[in-house]
Amino acid sequence: MALLEIKDLHATVGDREILKGIDLTVEAGEVHAIMGPNGSGKSTLAQVLAGRELYHVTGGQVTYDGKDLLALSPEDRAREGIFLAFQYPVEIPGVSNMYFLKAALNTIRKHRNLPELDAMDFLERIREKMTAMNMDQTLLNRPVNAGFSGGEKKRNEIFQMAVLEPRLAILDETDSGLDIDALKLVAAGVNAMRSAERAMIVVTHYQRLLSEIVPDYVHVLADGRIVKSGGKELALELEAGGYAALGIQEEAEAVGKA
Amino acid sequence: MTAVAEQIGNWLEQFTQQEPAEPWLQKLRDSAFARFTELGFPTTRDEEWRYTNVAPIARANFVGQAPGLPSNVPVASLPEIDREHLGRYAPQNAFVALNTAFLRDIAFVRVARGTVVVQPIEINHVVSGQAGSLPHAHPRTLIVVAPGAQCTIVETYKGTGHYFTNAVTEIVAGDGAVIDHYKIERESPEAFHIATMQVSLGRSANFTTHNISLGGALVRNDIGATLSEGAEATVNGLYLVNGTQHVDNHTVIDHAKPHGSSHELYKGILDGHASAVFNGRIIVRKDAQKTDSKQTNKNLVLSDDAVIDTKPELQIFADDVRCTHGATIGQLDAESLFYLQSRGIGKAQARSLLTQAFAQDIIDRIKIPELRNQLEKVLSEKFHEHGNY
Repeated sequence: MALLEIKDLHATVGDREILKGIDLTVEAGEVHAIMGPNGSGKSTLAQVLAGRELYHVTGGQVTYDGKDLLALSPEDRAREGIFLAFQYPVEIPGVSNMYFLKAALNTIRKHRNLPELDAMDFLERIREKMTAMNMDQTLLNRPVNAGFSGGEKKRNEIFQMAVLEPRLAILDETDSGLDIDALKLVAAGVNAMRSAERAMIVVTHYQRLLSEIVPDYVHVLADGRIVKSGGKELALELEAGGYAALGIQEEAEAVGKA
Repeated sequence: MTAVAEQIGNWLEQFTQQEPAEPWLQKLRDSAFARFTELGFPTTRDEEWRYTNVAPIARANFVGQAPGLPSNVPVASLPEIDREHLGRYAPQNAFVALNTAFLRDIAFVRVARGTVVVQPIEINHVVSGQAGSLPHAHPRTLIVVAPGAQCTIVETYKGTGHYFTNAVTEIVAGDGAVIDHYKIERESPEAFHIATMQVSLGRSANFTTHNISLGGALVRNDIGATLSEGAEATVNGLYLVNGTQHVDNHTVIDHAKPHGSSHELYKGILDGHASAVFNGRIIVRKDAQKTDSKQTNKNLVLSDDAVIDTKPELQIFADDVRCTHGATIGQLDAESLFYLQSRGIGKAQARSLLTQAFAQDIIDRIKIPELRNQLEKVLSEKFHEHGNY
């Protein structure tokens, strides 16, 4: 049984249809890249999978680990092992990073019938992961993402992923706004998490992230549909010929950026 | 008898039941009571009371004055030099007059010239309303801080059952005095709480107050501060209302002389059918050039049935000043909620986390660590208990 199976998924925001019939199957252990021009629906797909209420699913099914994913609340999806690394991580003044992450980890652990961690055990557990992401310990006491640089926010997302250990990670344009060093660091963090039990969906506009996180499959999304699927070489084709080589007009699509 | 005459009749009975006092004090009480009968309780036709209906207080039959604090001093024993401060600052409205009419004992603090009192001075008012009785309490506080002196004051109001607290606090800050003041209102859910605080700031005096309103059925806070040259006033507040609670915060910052500055930040969290009022008046007198004043009121409204009325009132008669004000009324941020939920945190917990974060901004400004911790605990219990706060 596939870990994730998306069938003919349609979604709207307001009265505008953005996803117009997506089909995608992801097995445990696989890394799928979803590429496409701005406005093709990449971010919408990521947010719909995580349960954002802003988008209305108007048709189709999503089965995750044998369950009807669309029937689950966002928090239950997270507890079942879905993690979305946000394109624009939200700043939450007044809630410390440490409090937030400990609360998140303990809710998920509870759901997995694991004992909750106290502050000491929690710190112990995350120290190594912080170092790996080159994150300063002082970030823990700062409010969630507040005053973080763009790169710090993205690293914080991957750090959270490392702590929460999801079964399906969805990375939404994690490469955007990163310089090459930050990109390598983030990619190394992601690669360290690749395993036979874990699947990943990597949403990106550019090929450069995919030379660091090498996918098993590449799908091209245009106007709310997957128009082409292939192996990792498809990303290189796109890099060489652009979306135009596939007959996709980028300018026209850019208008509909969600 | 008319309704008004009847209300006053009840209070007359209470008033005449008091033990007679020394002539000077009796005179003060008598004239205050005369003033009260003349004014009567305000109604919503009074602009100052437009959004706060005190009819439940006016109509109630209060029986017996609640005992004062054991640490209070009889007003009669107040040194003659300090008597002159009594009633000199507080506005002469009906509630202040009623408080003075029942003046018996007083929480009195005097800090001598240049003295720095490090330990916070705590003034705890507790009223217990027994079944069948409806006590009224008129806590009176006088704080005289001499030039160059410093102190920290924490006033706490608590109680059980039905009762009416009608507090008056007068604070006199001498030139260069520094006062850090806190008022924590945690009255019983049935209590009526009316409080008037008036502060007189000398040259370059510095006064900070944090006004935290958590309890009570009907609460009104009037805070007034008059600033001399170069004085600085920080007036912050936090109000949390739920159920059918009503909290009204009226502030008047009066810049009488040049180079004064005032900072005001009030934050409110409203749920259920609760209502709140914020009315912030800033007066900048003709002489008060170079005044720097900022006022902000932010409200988090968590239910469709909660009501907030917020109103800035700027009266500026000087031309070289900087005065800014702003008010916001909003709900919890949907994106922040989703972010927390997407990490496994349940919706109810995510809501209470974000609500607490909104209040934390005020709590973080409290300089006494024990008080900060205590309030954090109270708030977290409050948010937890209501779940969908």
